Order: sequence, then structure tokens, then C-alpha cells
Amino acid sequence: MAIDNATVVLERGKSHRVAETLSRARELAIVLVILVIFFGTGIKTSGFANLTSIQQILTNASLFVLLAIGETMVIVTRNVDLSVGSTLGISAFLVGDYYTHNPHPSVVLAFVIGIGVGAVCGSVIGFIVTVAKVPSLVVSLAGLYIIRGILNIIGLGIQIEPSVIPQGFQKIGYETWAGIPWIFIVPAVVALVAGFAMRSFRSMREFYAIGSNPVAAQLAGVPVARRVFTAFLISGSLAGLGGVLFVSEFATVNATAGTGYELLVVASCVIGGVAIFGGSGTVIGAALGAILLQLINQALVVTNVSPFWDPALAGALILVTISFDRLLSNRAALALRLKDSAASVK
Amino acid sequence: MSEATTEPILVMEGVAKYFGAVVALESGSIVLYPGEAHALLGENGAGKSTLVKIIAGVYQADRGMFTYEGQVRTFHGPHDSQEAGIAVIYQEPTLFDDLNVSENIFLGRQPLSVGRRINRREMRRQTREIFQQLGVDIDPNRKAKGLSVADQQMVEIAKALSKDARVVVMDEPTAALSPEEVKRLFEVVVNLRKRGVAILFISHRLEEVFELCQRVTIMRDGSFVRTDLVTDITIDQVVRSMVGRDLSTLFPKTEIKAGEEVLKVERLTREGTFYDISFTVKSGEIVALSGLVGSGRTEIARAIFGIDRYDAGAVYVNGAKLKGSSPLRAMHAGIGFVPEDRRQQGLVMDYGIDHNVALASLNRLSRGLLLFRSSEQTLAKDWALKLQLKYGKLSDEANTLSGGNQQKVVLAKWLSCSPSLIIVDEPTRGIDVGTKSEVHRIIDSLAASGVAVLMISSELPEVLGMADRVLVMREGRLTATIDRADANETSVMMAATGQVR
Repeated sequence: MAIDNATVVLERGKSHRVAETLSRARELAIVLVILVIFFGTGIKTSGFANLTSIQQILTNASLFVLLAIGETMVIVTRNVDLSVGSTLGISAFLVGDYYTHNPHPSVVLAFVIGIGVGAVCGSVIGFIVTVAKVPSLVVSLAGLYIIRGILNIIGLGIQIEPSVIPQGFQKIGYETWAGIPWIFIVPAVVALVAGFAMRSFRSMREFYAIGSNPVAAQLAGVPVARRVFTAFLISGSLAGLGGVLFVSEFATVNATAGTGYELLVVASCVIGGVAIFGGSGTVIGAALGAILLQLINQALVVTNVSPFWDPALAGALILVTISFDRLLSNRAALALRLKDSAASVK
Repeated sequence: MSEATTEPILVMEGVAKYFGAVVALESGSIVLYPGEAHALLGENGAGKSTLVKIIAGVYQADRGMFTYEGQVRTFHGPHDSQEAGIAVIYQEPTLFDDLNVSENIFLGRQPLSVGRRINRREMRRQTREIFQQLGVDIDPNRKAKGLSVADQQMVEIAKALSKDARVVVMDEPTAALSPEEVKRLFEVVVNLRKRGVAILFISHRLEEVFELCQRVTIMRDGSFVRTDLVTDITIDQVVRSMVGRDLSTLFPKTEIKAGEEVLKVERLTREGTFYDISFTVKSGEIVALSGLVGSGRTEIARAIFGIDRYDAGAVYVNGAKLKGSSPLRAMHAGIGFVPEDRRQQGLVMDYGIDHNVALASLNRLSRGLLLFRSSEQTLAKDWALKLQLKYGKLSDEANTLSGGNQQKVVLAKWLSCSPSLIIVDEPTRGIDVGTKSEVHRIIDSLAASGVAVLMISSELPEVLGMADRVLVMREGRLTATIDRADANETSVMMAATGQVR
């Protein structure tokens, strides 16, 4: 009996180690999937696997990467921010409006306006979530509609044209540096900084603690409300920055800018390994998730598969990754259970 | 001793805490001196945890005096209390599953290197150092998720040690520990005392208290009763002060002759949780399942009731084999289950009393496709009377009731299905002493009416006072079956901690 148990434990122990490495290497797994899809499509469609395609994908992904960074911080604290699409929209519109009404605009001021608008949206939502203690799902859903509603009113019938946007500013949207689109460099730098901060700073580690066990975080003296507020503030500000980049990329804005982005962003996070109930996940993972979604979109276009398949594939991807996670964590839990009992028997 | 010469570090006098109309703490008083281990004793619901939470800054006192290091203080949050040098080990582990062990210990105080970056290597090193001191072997890099209860408790203790606190509060730290681990914890406490740390030690194991502590403070029903040197008081006196009356009056035990076998559990096994469990419960019998927290008692109950699966073995009810993994089948076979956590699992908190009572009888109560509120009300009123439920209206939400009355509602729900076996898991946890004995009376009269009762309880007096037989578990195995005549604190604890044989 004891011997039986021991061998079981040994086998399970091995699979448990594998499981742990795998879940830690979530980012690596996505990179692998990205490479497979990219070169797979390249084999099927000649002329796909080249620098231009990569630049195209990165450009398309850049806004989602940016939003996914803030969303990751919010989700890690066991909250969610559904307002980011609308926030991006209103920021983009107000930046465009600034260019429309100023013959001698300053690019710096455009960034300040965009980020500032986002920061205001994020802090209002963060304030209601932390002070009134209303679930963030509800607050940010209301935020999604209210911000979009305001945008509809101020932007009624207005289409901001590329002619009013300065050429220099538009270059952010299409020029490259060392082969990398400028518009992607911004989110990439933000992702690296945010990823570093979430690993290395005490206050950011507390995001994980809050999402992992809110009650324990309170007992441990973590300023829970302040941290959650900060997460929403960052998420809103990054959505605001996304609005600025939106203007530089498309050079045309109307009241529908950013519609529907929020769910793609949440999807990116989930695919990238951010646990939807908080406590774990990385910014880099979420960013890779966003890139993967854009790659799939692009691959469908070049292989002449109807782009209507795109949402279905994104959904399938979410299901596959989550089921896989579930499987791994169940196995890991069983392995641990057996290991502990073996240890106590000894 | 040195107490006379040194100043106390923490003084509480007449401290009270109310939650609406509920009195959590009536008048709590305690004086802690540097370098002493001070036991705080009292039954569940005596107000110990509330007192601890005021010290920890989780609650703020509504009345009374609280001085720390000679100054009148109010801690507005856990942060204040930690800053002041107080570390609290809570009864329920408060770990972060997703963070690794060393970060759990140092959260908010992680060692830093250049640029205020967390220095993980240093953090691991310090973690190992503390673990060495505690003599435990846990990988600092491992995630906290999946740690055994004992290991979780050791991490909590390591957390408290890492803070270099001047006051360490330990709320039942030994409940889940093996004798070996308890021994090491005691060595640590002695070392802390030598460094002038004051330790407030809460435990239900009185032998431990007498071995480790210099003074005891006893509380009852939310109020201070007495403080004594352990050398001036006997265990008997302590128990009497805690309970306030003799045990025999607290546990009304009707002697009845056991009837037919109702429940038979045969070699039940759930890998990693419990192994090879066999026992029977007869009609009219109260069988207690005892053992330390985490020894697998609740898991067995869950498996019998079909909530969790089991890997091997069988369950028979009234002679018929019960197919597993379906609470519905278990209910139809005549089993009722009063779970440990009544707020989460026993009740629908924002349903009325009537809905809650009727919840398990909906099929019986409905006419055709319709369910009439009047029939729910009739049923609920009937049982409310029988169990002497204190309530305003039958439609009052369950969360407006006191813990004891909530438990009565859960009991009513199952009793109204006339079960042949009822499983009660920690039936009186968090219930005030008065209602407690009412719950005991209800369980006793149930058994007297021929129902088989399987009771899980961590409270030894309850187990000893109520049960006809005591089954003792240790680490997933049944280690002893003790008849009522032979059951006492020593024999049960010995079996539960593995000092038997």
C-alpha cells in the first residue's frame, strides 16, 4: 500500500513539475504559438512571412497592447475595467478637437490632453469602486456607456479630418525605427517598464496580494483602496495615451473611435495568462495575447478565410487556453495533495 | 517575578465592541508585560477574537481604555498596529495563494536593493533563516497555494517572527500542528520571551497553556472574568471560570438505547484526504468525529453526503448502498447535512426564514408546478415554534438573525425532511453560550427520537458531553474509537495528536 502510494506520488510529482514549469512559461508558450501561426501562414501564403507583415501586425496590435497593460493591473486586483474603449475614444476625439482648433499645436500638449482625459475617467471609476464599494464590473460598464454617451453628444456629426492633423504627428503612426513601428515602441516601452515595476516594487506586488486574497490583504495592512484606485488610474491614463496614438495612426476620428475595444482587451489578458479572478498574470503575457489576436486576424485575411471567422477563433482560443490552465492546475492540486499526504504518512 | 518591576506594554480595560445590537465584546480587560507568555482563555464566542482584532487594529473599540507602551492609543487599521510593533497570527491562515512563500512572509516589508527594487535573493535568505530557526522545511520559492494547514500555520508564524514585534498574538496557533511542531513553536516562544517580547497565546488545549504560559486571563460571554498566575490556579478552576457552570448542566444527555444501524461507512478513501475509514452510526446514537482541524473530518462528511467524490469504499444508509457524488440522492436516502460554514453553505443569507426552512422540501410542498408561499410559511412557523426561534417576521432575511438562530433555521430545514441520519459539522461554532445549549438540546432530542447523528466538532467539551462514541481522526486516518465511558480530554487528544500506541 505504502509502496503503491510512493510510486503514484513519484509519477504525479514529475507531471506536477512539468505543469509548474509550463504555467510559469506561459509567455514562452504564446511566443511559440505566435511563431507557429506566423510561419505556418507564411508557408501557405508566400510573401506573408516578411518584415512588412510583422510591422503591420505590430501596428495593429499597438493600441491593444497598451490597453492590455492597464487592464492587467486592474484584473490582477480582482477587478475589471470595461470603460477603456470609451475612454480611448473620448481622448482621441478631444486630441483631434485640439488639433482642429489650434493652428499651431504642440505635440507635447496633445499627449498631455489625451493622458489627462484618460486619467480623469480612470480616477472617477476608481473612486466609485473603492469609496462607494460598487463592484467594478458594474461601475466600469456604466462608465463605458456614460463616456460613450458624452462623446456622442459632443462629437455629434463631427468627423476630424487628416488635413488638420500635423504631418509630424502622423509619422508616429507609420514611420519606423530600426524596423519597428514607432507606434509600437510606445506600448513596448510601457510594457517593459510596467512589467519590471510589477515584479520589483512593493506597492505593485500588493496588487497581486489584493487579488489573491482581499481579506488577508486588509489584515496585512495593505492600503487596498488606494492600490485599487491606482490600478484604475493607470488603466485610464493608458487608455488616454491610446487615444493619442489612435489619432496618429488613423488621423481621422469620430464618435465611434475605440468602440468594442474593451472586450478584445480583456480577451488579450485572459489569453495571455492573467487570471480573471485576480492574483496572477503578467503584463508581458497580456501584451503577447494582444499580438496573438492581431496575428490571427491578419493571417485570416491573407489566407482568404472569411474575416467573419475572426471572433469565433478568438473565442475558441480563450476556451482552449482556459481549459488548458484548468487542467494543469487541477493536476497540480492533485499532485500536491498526494505529496503532502505522502509526507505526512512518512 | 519581573512583572512587578517592569511597566506593562499593553493594557486594555473595560473595552467594548458592538455591531449594531449585537454585543461582540462587553468588557474586555487584559494587561501584558514584556517577556511573558499570557494565555487568553474562554469558550468560542467569549469575545477573545474580538479583543484580538481590536489589538490588531481591525476593529476599533466603542468604549474602554486601551494603552500601548504607556500611551492611550487607537489603531485605525492593521497598518497602525503593525507599525507599533504588534504581530498577529490569526486562527484562519491569511496567506496569498498566488504569491510565493517568502513574499507572503515579507509582503509590504520586502528587503530592497538599489532603486527601491525588491531584493528577492535577500528575501529568500531571510526566509530560510527564519525557517531554520523554526526547524521547518518549506521551499521559500514555492507558491503558498496547496500548502498543508500545518505548513500554512508555520508560514504565519514565520511572518510574525520576521517583524521583530514587541507583542505577538497567537490565536490558536497549535490547532493544526503535530506534537513535534508544537514543541518547536514552544521553543520559539521561550526565545521570544527572553528577548522581552510579550506573547498573547490563545488555545483550547489547557495542558499547553499550563506548560507554556506564566499567566492566564479568562473571559466569558464577552467579559473579563479573572487573571491569575498559572501557579495559582488549577485546570479545573479554569474550566469552571470559562464555562460558568458545571459541564453536566451544559450538556443534557438523554440515555437511550441505540437501535438499528442507519449509516455504515466501509473503507472509504479519498486519495490525499482520508484513507480506509470504516464506522457505523445507529439510530438514536450520537457519534462524534473528532480530531485536529485539517485531519479530514469535514471531508468525510462531504463525501458521505455526495458533495465530494471518493476513490474507494462504500456508504450504506439503512442497509442500502448509496451511490456517491450526488447530494440529491443522499437527501432522498434520508441524510441531512448541517455544514460548518452556515453563512456560505447552510443558508441563503438574503432569503427569508420561510424560504430557507422550506428549501429542502420544495418538491413535497409544491402543488403541480406551483409553490405557494403559504405552505412555506406554515412549515416554517411550525418549526420556528418547535425550535424556539427568535425572530420578527417569517419573511425576515436570514442575515438579520443571530448566529444561534441562524443555526436553528438550518436545523429546521433538515428536520422538516424527517431524515434518518443528520450530519452536523461544528454545530455551535460562533454561537453564544445560551443558544449553544439550546442547539445541544435540539440535537439531543433528535437522537432521542431515533435519528442517527454524526457530529463533527473541534470543541472537546461538546464532544465529551454529547457523544455516545467518539471517533478520532489524525491526518486522514481513523486512529481511535472511544466509548462514552472512556472518553476524556486526555484520551481524545492523545489519539488526535498521534501519541497513542
